[in-house]
Amino acid sequence: MTVTAPGQAAADAAAARPGAIQGRGPWRLAWERLRRDPVAIASAVTLVLIAVAAVAAPTVAHAIGHGPDDQYPTIGLTPAGLPVGPSRTFLLGTDNLGRDLLVRILYGARISLMVGVVATVLATVAGVVVGLAAGYLGGPADLVLSRFMDMVLSFPYLLLAIALVSVFGSSLTISMLVIAFFSWAAIGRVVRGQALSIREKEYVEASWSVGSGAMRVMFVDILPNLLAPVLVLATLLVPAAIVFEATLSFLGLGVPPPTPTWGGMLSDSLAFYQVAWWFPLFPGLALLATTLAFNLLGDSVRDALDPSAGRAGGGGGR
Amino acid sequence: MARFLARRLLFGLLVLWIVSGAVFVLFFVAPHDPARLIAGKLATPQTIALVNHRLGLDRPLSEQYANFIWRLLHGDLGYSYYSNAPVSQLLASRLPVTVSLALGGAVLWLVVGIGVGVAAARRPHSLVDRGGAVLMLAGLSMPTFLVGLLLIYFLFFRLHLAGITWFPPGGYVPLTQDPLGWAQHLLLPWVTLAAVTAATYSRLTRSSMLEVLGEDYIRTARSKGLSEDRVVYRHGLRSALTPVVTLLGIDLGTLLGGVIVTEQVFGLPGLGQLAWQSVPTQDLPVIIGTVLVASTFIVVANLLVDLGYALLDPRVRPS
Repeated sequence: MTVTAPGQAAADAAAARPGAIQGRGPWRLAWERLRRDPVAIASAVTLVLIAVAAVAAPTVAHAIGHGPDDQYPTIGLTPAGLPVGPSRTFLLGTDNLGRDLLVRILYGARISLMVGVVATVLATVAGVVVGLAAGYLGGPADLVLSRFMDMVLSFPYLLLAIALVSVFGSSLTISMLVIAFFSWAAIGRVVRGQALSIREKEYVEASWSVGSGAMRVMFVDILPNLLAPVLVLATLLVPAAIVFEATLSFLGLGVPPPTPTWGGMLSDSLAFYQVAWWFPLFPGLALLATTLAFNLLGDSVRDALDPSAGRAGGGGGR
Repeated sequence: MARFLARRLLFGLLVLWIVSGAVFVLFFVAPHDPARLIAGKLATPQTIALVNHRLGLDRPLSEQYANFIWRLLHGDLGYSYYSNAPVSQLLASRLPVTVSLALGGAVLWLVVGIGVGVAAARRPHSLVDRGGAVLMLAGLSMPTFLVGLLLIYFLFFRLHLAGITWFPPGGYVPLTQDPLGWAQHLLLPWVTLAAVTAATYSRLTRSSMLEVLGEDYIRTARSKGLSEDRVVYRHGLRSALTPVVTLLGIDLGTLLGGVIVTEQVFGLPGLGQLAWQSVPTQDLPVIIGTVLVASTFIVVANLLVDLGYALLDPRVRPS
């Protein structure tokens, strides 16, 4: 990763390490801080394991012999029709329809990670493009775009999400779009603020003076210096999106069944927690491990990139 | 300053207009037939036509919208399709519940969030800092309904089995009727809200405090020989809290319009529950009323925050 000019992170890093002689870029410094951070390493390892589990879901399902949507009404349910607990056949027990919970949690990792990552990528791209345009162009364009972002941030988002999903019906795509729509403006506002101050730097002026066009200045000169805060915000947006999906599921507006999502499994389990502790516990642990790892990693990345950084992140609907 | 205020107020009204318009459009785009829901499955076409006529739903869409805006400008939010109660009355009866929930929760998350944030900033990268961060982030990492249900499971269900009935699992008792019962019934919802929110505050307090503690005037205060507690709490915390107050304003603005999930989990009859129950029954006046109230709170909160900033810091005062 090359950086056009030393940013704030580099200045801070230089101030924090006066003894350093070797020339090291801000990304290199951040990487070295991250590598020495046990919380960051534990989080990264957890996320890699979860990603491997998601990729391996069909293999594991094949090895066990239970599909994610296969119901076992005779061996997977008690005579009273309740879920059966963990056993040799069903390692983590079954759900209310007699499906293998382990297999569904593994497949759920695919959906939950996809919802988190796709919603985050959409929101980040939209936020960066709009924020960069607003901050760089200034004037009337900035006024319109900034007011638009303020407006999106003033929506009672959970209420409108409910309205949107009840109109368009629930689906995986709608869930991701709704989450992205209510998340991009927060990133856009941060990017705009940063772009506004970077625009005044000498090297941007230098770029203008050699005849660079607006696109080149925005995406080649300014954007690389925004990557640090954007990366942190995006890392923190993934768990927020996963939690948001779970909240939508709880309200009956999430990804429709039988698609396995952790949020969907959790909300299905609510009626059974008194008789089948494994049913809410294992999907809950899977979700918590993932979101907590992302949140801790995001925190560590921010600390590493800029030890004096400000706020970021958001909840997923209260 | 007056122009700034006028511009922001105008923008706030624009937001309210767009949000209410969006809900209006969404309602008519969606498959809807509230008259059939009201009249029942066995109703004759005549009955349904009558109901539609009574609700004004048989008029052209433009006329319905004009009527809606006209009434709104006169402060009339209309009547619920179902209970026939004025929407403003419904909203007023739900508001105290949501206000109790949001304000109590805010007190709790401020105490915990700021406390942990300050402790972390005094010893960055210590065990307190690291452990506090993990604990706080665990709350942020869970969906609100899960936190609420964990609390109900352990503090109501398990304790109830053990014969301890300190924590009711839900319901609302008005403050004026029984202050103790009010607090007792709201305790678990407050803890739920605080658990999912405090992390944002501890992070913000920590980074803001770290920044402030590096300032020259803090060194001056220390060199004067003031005790560390006095330096941190009297001199540091005051300016470190500015961004926290901003965030609090925005959070309260969002929550006062309805705390949908928490109200749902604990069966609290607040604004969020009203909105949530009105969607499946297609009770358009109530849905628009709740959305308008929620947006008004957010707009007003943003305005107050901007105003507070402009008063405190002349640099952000717009020309």
